[in-house]
Amino acid sequence: MNIQGWGEIALTLGLACLLGRPIGVYMSRVWNGERTWLDPVMKPVEGVFYKLGGVDPARSQGWLGYAGALLAFNLAGFLFLYAMLRLQGVLPLNPQGFDGVSPHLAFNTAVSFVTNTNWQSYGGETTMSSLTQMAGLTVQNFVSAATGATIAAALARAFIANRGSGVGNFWADLVRTTLWLLLPLSFVLAIVLVGLGVTQTLAANATATTLEGGQQTLSLFQTASQLAIKQLGINGGGVFNANSAHPFENPTPLTNLITAVSINVMGWAAFFAFGRSVLAKKEARALATAAFLILFACTAGIYVAESQPAPALVAAGIEQPVNMEGKETRFGLAASSAWAGQTTGASNGSVNAMHGSLMPLSGGLTMFLMALGEILPGGIGSGIAIMVVMAMLSVFVAGLMVGRTPEYLGKKIEAREIQFAMIAVLVLPLAILGFTAIAAVLPTAMEGLLNHGPHGLSEMLYAYISASANNGSAFAGLTANAPWWNTTLGISMLAGRFVPAVAVLAIAGTLVAKPRLAPSTGTLPTHGPLFIGLLIGVILILGGLQFFPALSLGPIVEHFQMLAAGAGV
Amino acid sequence: MLSQIRPALVMTALFTLLLGVAYPLAVTGVAQLAFPWQADGSLIQDRDGTVRGSALVGQPFAEARYLHPRPSAAGDGYDASASSGSNLGPMNEDLKTRVAEGVAAVRAEDGPGVIPADAVTTSASGLDPDISPAYARLQAARVAQARGVAVEQVQRILDRNTEEPLLGFIGQPRVNVLMANRDLDAHLPAR
Repeated sequence: MNIQGWGEIALTLGLACLLGRPIGVYMSRVWNGERTWLDPVMKPVEGVFYKLGGVDPARSQGWLGYAGALLAFNLAGFLFLYAMLRLQGVLPLNPQGFDGVSPHLAFNTAVSFVTNTNWQSYGGETTMSSLTQMAGLTVQNFVSAATGATIAAALARAFIANRGSGVGNFWADLVRTTLWLLLPLSFVLAIVLVGLGVTQTLAANATATTLEGGQQTLSLFQTASQLAIKQLGINGGGVFNANSAHPFENPTPLTNLITAVSINVMGWAAFFAFGRSVLAKKEARALATAAFLILFACTAGIYVAESQPAPALVAAGIEQPVNMEGKETRFGLAASSAWAGQTTGASNGSVNAMHGSLMPLSGGLTMFLMALGEILPGGIGSGIAIMVVMAMLSVFVAGLMVGRTPEYLGKKIEAREIQFAMIAVLVLPLAILGFTAIAAVLPTAMEGLLNHGPHGLSEMLYAYISASANNGSAFAGLTANAPWWNTTLGISMLAGRFVPAVAVLAIAGTLVAKPRLAPSTGTLPTHGPLFIGLLIGVILILGGLQFFPALSLGPIVEHFQMLAAGAGV
Repeated sequence: MLSQIRPALVMTALFTLLLGVAYPLAVTGVAQLAFPWQADGSLIQDRDGTVRGSALVGQPFAEARYLHPRPSAAGDGYDASASSGSNLGPMNEDLKTRVAEGVAAVRAEDGPGVIPADAVTTSASGLDPDISPAYARLQAARVAQARGVAVEQVQRILDRNTEEPLLGFIGQPRVNVLMANRDLDAHLPAR
């Protein structure tokens, strides 16, 4: 640890949050259909989408219609991507000559990119053709992110409505978020990144004669265009196997700073956009404050844990046993720790250091961050939506203590909302702990492990947490490209994405019909430090406590093994 | 939900055209016009046009006259078409064995100096182009001897190939192995 490292971490985390505010204002304008400076360019394109799709963007849908459209669109995207993956071998733009992928890998990958998870059971540069990377994976990077944003847009309309009925039009929210927000930002970011060294070419490879006379084949790809939306869309699926540790995806400390900020900026923007759209800026700031405090504390914990002596290096008698296994020289401990916190706090899942080689407690903290439900700040829209669910649970808990019907942002929170909220929150432990328990006794599943003992359990636990929380990063020692892992991880991703999404839309459906109340003297203020503290408590207890026994058997046991072996601290 | 089938299919097709074809090709077009060298992989060429590697990607070096890079888990080592870390956990026995062997190998080549951690650990990508200045310093004497020059001459070249953190705190100090080795070949050719 050193002061420069702390400065780098504070800058990376803080900059993302600060930049989120102006982008959030713009995002809210896009959701509300207000005028923006991009209208002259995008309005005609938007019109084509509605005309050919047969959609009236002005028609507000009920929550069921909205959810139905969301599911139909994602199903179409899944089928399209699945077909493309299976047929890769006969499709054009395949200079690498890759075959179609196996059914279970195609299922896993299609689900993974449609659900905004971007779990990768494959190595990018050894499996996916140029066509698949650009016309398959990149497309879902955009629209899965936009799908997440639609959930928050609908929820915001439900809060602001006074005895209303519709929560908005899914197709309009989807198209507008993509055209006005994700596409232009990604375009600019991609060009900047190419200027800083990220590759962007239709050529598959370059061949070099090394200084010692050997041959080196360099995979190239159209990396920048995919990388930009991979970060801004909070997707995380790398073009290359090594993801954002690969020098062509992240060549310098400057590209690292820019892409690290990009992981979180849109998540924060959605927080501020929600606040502006429901006329509750102070309340949204309180939600963001709670999220930022937890994220910063956990990231700091990762940096502290990573700075402890690495046991393998201590055993070999290295004087400064820095845990550089699985880290790049140009990033070092601080930038790797900041990224690890950010990518797991958001539902991003890209990595610039290998999480499987993190110290036990920092590996545990990355799992903990994901298990909180991807709300720090989470994906675009999906993060703020679950955060609002957490806030509703917080006012509910407070309401129980004082015996009043709880209210949040002018709406009464009653039994129906809490039932749906619990469904949204409980699907994570069900998928994670259920599947991990089965995998831990199943020989087929255990065959995929690289490490054994507690670290082996961590590999499995991490996989199911990452899939269910739609993160996508891995303790990559696990060889997941096998039927058991591809199938069950795919099911976890589907459950972790669509159960909370539909539950939140159902909440929006019940809230939208309620009258919007003015705050009374009996209303619990939801913007002050007291509420922030209560909210942090609910998040940590709900998210943390239920996973604590499982984490004890993995990273925490490993930490004590390390201490017992005489290394560390 | 049935009424949503048409928009679902049409929009999937339209998004694929816009985001999967037009967008990446537009980025490629602008990139190839504005930054062709970076877009094609920052390739380093000799005067005769032979590609010798990428300024951004590490490559294997074993000869005594060259700076050696970190160990690599990409393919058989620095396979730039199969990036990978080792993914070994911190307590893994294989990792302990490998690090111990790495220490012995560095000791045999570069003597009893202080071995920095990056000399015996694999990077996340397996393609790390850099080593720490400390590891470069440790190798200076061997490189100088193999080239029949003074250590100070080698160290001067290493110093000018050392990049400091951006603004003093973003990133880490580092030496690009390929660029330093090309500089060594250009100015201190082996006699």
